[in-house]
Amino acid sequence: MSISVQNISKSFKNVSAIQNISFEVKSGELFGLIGPDGAGKTTLFRTLTTLLIPNEGNAIVAGHDIIKNVKEIRNSVGYMPGKFSLYQDLTIAENLAFFATIFGTTIEENYDLIEDIYVQIEPFKNRRAGALSGGMKQKLALCCALIHKPEVLFLDEPTTGVDPVSRKEFWEMLKRLKQKGITILVSTPYMDEAVLCDRIALIQKGEILKIDTPENIVSSYKKTIYDIKTNKMHQLIEHLKKFPTHYSVFAFGEYVHYIDNNIELDLQKLKIYLEEKQHTNIIIQKATTTIEDVFMDL
Amino acid sequence: MKRFKGFVKKEFYHIFRDKRSLFILFGMPIAQILLFGFAITNEINNVDIAILDYAKDAESEKIIQKIKASKYFNIENQIDNEKAIESEFKNGKIKAVLLFERDFAKKLENQKKATVQVITDATEPNVANTITNYTQSIIQNYQNQKNTTQKQSVSIVMQTRMLYNAELKSVFNFVPGVMTVILMLVSAMMTSISITREKELGTMEVLLVSPLKPFQVIIGKVFPYVFLSIINAVVIVSMGYFIFGMPIRGSLFLLAFESILFIITALSLGILISTVSNSQQTAMMLSLMGLMLPVIILSGFIFPISSMPLPMQIMNNIIPAKWFIIIVKSIMLKGVGISYIIKETLILTLMTLIFIGLSIKNYKTRLE
Repeated sequence: MSISVQNISKSFKNVSAIQNISFEVKSGELFGLIGPDGAGKTTLFRTLTTLLIPNEGNAIVAGHDIIKNVKEIRNSVGYMPGKFSLYQDLTIAENLAFFATIFGTTIEENYDLIEDIYVQIEPFKNRRAGALSGGMKQKLALCCALIHKPEVLFLDEPTTGVDPVSRKEFWEMLKRLKQKGITILVSTPYMDEAVLCDRIALIQKGEILKIDTPENIVSSYKKTIYDIKTNKMHQLIEHLKKFPTHYSVFAFGEYVHYIDNNIELDLQKLKIYLEEKQHTNIIIQKATTTIEDVFMDL
Repeated sequence: MKRFKGFVKKEFYHIFRDKRSLFILFGMPIAQILLFGFAITNEINNVDIAILDYAKDAESEKIIQKIKASKYFNIENQIDNEKAIESEFKNGKIKAVLLFERDFAKKLENQKKATVQVITDATEPNVANTITNYTQSIIQNYQNQKNTTQKQSVSIVMQTRMLYNAELKSVFNFVPGVMTVILMLVSAMMTSISITREKELGTMEVLLVSPLKPFQVIIGKVFPYVFLSIINAVVIVSMGYFIFGMPIRGSLFLLAFESILFIITALSLGILISTVSNSQQTAMMLSLMGLMLPVIILSGFIFPISSMPLPMQIMNNIIPAKWFIIIVKSIMLKGVGISYIIKETLILTLMTLIFIGLSIKNYKTRLE
């Protein structure tokens, strides 16, 4: 077990940030924390990296107690905060060299670990970090968090504010790091990234709602979801919500996702209902269930 | 040690790449010394004055000619009654009026004694003071000349009146003051800003989750500033010495020792400020309001402490700058040894220890 969290709660003054959180991450696992902004992901990361002391509960990270063995944990984990936290006035090479030095290592010593990532930003190594694009900043931050060969890597929303191409590259890098035996705990507000993790925990309002593999989470969802599209998308959600047997309705890309209380929905009936409400060009089709659908239902 | 070196190297990068902090570090001391040095100079040249000559005789005319001949004064006009003095001053055209009493020559001849009155506009006390001194020396000179050629000695009595500010205070010496301000500014403000910058940019979070110990972070942060402050102290003292002729009568070694002590006091204050503020702006405001203003206004740098109300004089004792100014003045001007300033030195040391103690107590190794 690389990370073992037992009943952790943390509150700030009277506001509770996370309540009674427990989960375990195996060695070499890529574990995702999926949840919207304000769900408590960052608080959980800070607690596990010894930056905050939990009010209740405890956790073991890389074999060390997060309350008692602060020093050992700080030697064996890599942490990449949500906010870009490198020195903007230092160049790529200087940032990397600095973090290598304070961890008592050198770039050469662990170069094999960061090589894949570093070669992508190496052409700009004399450029100051502040002048880099969002994707390059994240790659540099990842290099810096990896330079001391940590056992466990904490990545707090590493892809927020990064373009889709860089996001994809970033997740490919995480997969390669996983193959090198590094345990990774990553958080993201993007549901589409959830499927790239080995296992995920859905977290909302400081509580974990579900922990499983992305496949199991999707397949355990029994209801059928329909994609619906008409000429009057504005009123569509409102009208669907008035349909007697509706279960849940929410916008999903160019469609509206509609879930009915009955497992077998009479599509003809729904179509007639919508036509009565002056909708035309009605498209109703079965949708593939995604993590987001599951999340919305929790 | 390697970690420490790496950290200090990084700090130097920060300092040398930030043009603003570079300016504060090196531009300010030089600019301040030059500004204070040349603006608060005691030299006067071509000051406009007026003459009110009730005597209009040979003696008064000779003195007026002598004054005219000097490069210091420029006789703007002659006025004929005392009422005009006030309006001349209010116009601001002249800085002083020279008043010769009636029958000046006759009195000098018969009573061997006559009076010249010098009335100055003391809204600018330093100028007023200097004008008085210069006129005095010119008249003194004239009197001496006269006495060597005559058997009986005469005396010209000079009466001075300072208008608008009767209580003139002596000119302060600016080098100790500027040195104190600069060391305080560089050491306390710059360190508190540089530490809070790490908090604000989130890099402190990363440093905390690293094997670096808090004291290593702090020492790594302040070390470059100790170094730069020492350079600044050297620059200020040498500019004072070479450009403005400020004497250094005491031991240079003692001066260096006391300066380093004060630098450490200021740095520990800077660290303390950084432990209680979360943003660069707060740190800057705290340093400016809490340190700079007291240093400039209350430390005795510009306004003499002895003329402040008693409660304020007592309050002044908690300002480290006050003690450092006393120390520097004692060493540079009076040339005293350590035994004379042992009290001040001990007070500074005690303050430093208190600041460091409070900083350690307040320093957070976590985020809360």
